[in-house]
Amino acid sequence: MGIRVQGISKSFAAYPALNAVSLEIADGEFVALLGPSGSGKTTLLRIIAGLEMPETGEIWFGDRNVTETSIASRGIGFVFQHYALFGHMTVAENIGFGLSVMKRSQRPSRSEIRTRANELLELVQLPGLGDRFPSQLSGGQRQRVALARALAREPRILLLDEPFGALDAKVRRELRGALRTIHNELKLTSIFVTHDHEEAFELADRVTLLNQGQVEQVDTPAAVRERPATPWVRDFLA
Amino acid sequence: MARRSNLREPAIVKALLIIAALSYIGLMLLLPLGVVLTEALHDGWAAWLAGVSEPDARSAIKLTLLVAAIAVPLNVVFGIAAAWAISKYNFRGKIILVTLIELPFSVSPVVSGLVFVLLFGAQGWFGEWLIAHDVEIIFALPGLVLATVFITLPFVARQLIPLMTAQGRQDEEAALSLGASGWQTFWHVTLPNIRMGLLYGVLLCNARAMGEFGAVSVVSGHIRGETNTMPLHVEVLYNEYNFTAAFAVASLLALLALVTLALKSALEWRYRDQIAARG
Repeated sequence: MGIRVQGISKSFAAYPALNAVSLEIADGEFVALLGPSGSGKTTLLRIIAGLEMPETGEIWFGDRNVTETSIASRGIGFVFQHYALFGHMTVAENIGFGLSVMKRSQRPSRSEIRTRANELLELVQLPGLGDRFPSQLSGGQRQRVALARALAREPRILLLDEPFGALDAKVRRELRGALRTIHNELKLTSIFVTHDHEEAFELADRVTLLNQGQVEQVDTPAAVRERPATPWVRDFLA
Repeated sequence: MARRSNLREPAIVKALLIIAALSYIGLMLLLPLGVVLTEALHDGWAAWLAGVSEPDARSAIKLTLLVAAIAVPLNVVFGIAAAWAISKYNFRGKIILVTLIELPFSVSPVVSGLVFVLLFGAQGWFGEWLIAHDVEIIFALPGLVLATVFITLPFVARQLIPLMTAQGRQDEEAALSLGASGWQTFWHVTLPNIRMGLLYGVLLCNARAMGEFGAVSVVSGHIRGETNTMPLHVEVLYNEYNFTAAFAVASLLALLALVTLALKSALEWRYRDQIAARG
């Protein structure tokens, strides 16, 4: 599902501000939001997710204006930097959470939820770990579980906030590959926040460079590298 | 011969420190507790039983349990709501609210009790209106509950505020992003995350609610068999030189405290893995 960000502005204390940001993301695209800390990239992602309200501007998913829609009804999957797994639930219960809180009339049965959790564990290459608790897993495994959990309700849009920021280099590379494969297999539209330009260039179809709440450049990794649109982009990539 | 670590203090210092700590605890904590129990059983079990089962004592026990049963749930609800607001949102006056929650700890209990007399007593601000509408607050159950709620207000909130601040909003945001409603998020995510702190808070709140003397004494009126809670009943008996009965009821109160302590330790032991994992 395509995403359209139209003139989004936000200025407040808790997160960096945004100044009339617009962005078009095509159906099935994988886009990185790249910028230094304080650039507003996480704020933009949280507004697209519905975790923050913009002061002006609109967010469209396909032909649906979701600006006023609650996060629960937007049909997105969200992956947090520090996993945000529920410590008192097993891995399978974490993954099944989104299904188990559905309205009674739509909710799958317990065994269906368990089956779905196992399928998702296969998808993120952690088969058989359903009965573990998050505290028994490594950081990379936790983030795989968080990814599986975000996919349980079959969202068309996947939003990731520096998902590999807390992991070491080797695990990051493995997870990048896994994420890109899943994105392609499930035909998702994904937005990925990072401050690491190598990660952005390796993963994304297009990269959006943000600086002080404004878009500096939106282009393919090759184009950004060859033709930086502004001096700031050239400095940032150097 | 094993080499002694040069980072450790000499054995004599260690021994002295342990002896000092243990004798201080023995003198200040265990001795009084021992005195209460020995005095309570001074005239044998029959006298103890008579002391705690005579009608006025039974009424005091019932009243104490009733007051705690009303005051503790009220402060649990308030404590969770206040801790939620303070830890998960930014708003004007937040620091004032945090400071105000601690107020009952710094105000003398007698003053806390007097406040309610000045508000709801016969000569108080609302006194005439209350008399005209035949509502009894002071020298009755509502006054006892109000004073107890005031005194025990900080316990639950104080346990939860640092805990919930440290946990942040991320788990709640994750639950919401997975389609959970606000209530489902609270029930399935927030509450399990805070359950240990909440249990501590409830236990401490309950211990104080049953043991409070000062504030309750001011609003009670000391009507025997009607508005005397256990601590007040102990004082009445003591002032009447009825030492055995006084210590018998006091030993029950001490027993309640010990049960609270045992429960707290049992919980810590039962959930030791989780406590260690959560840090």
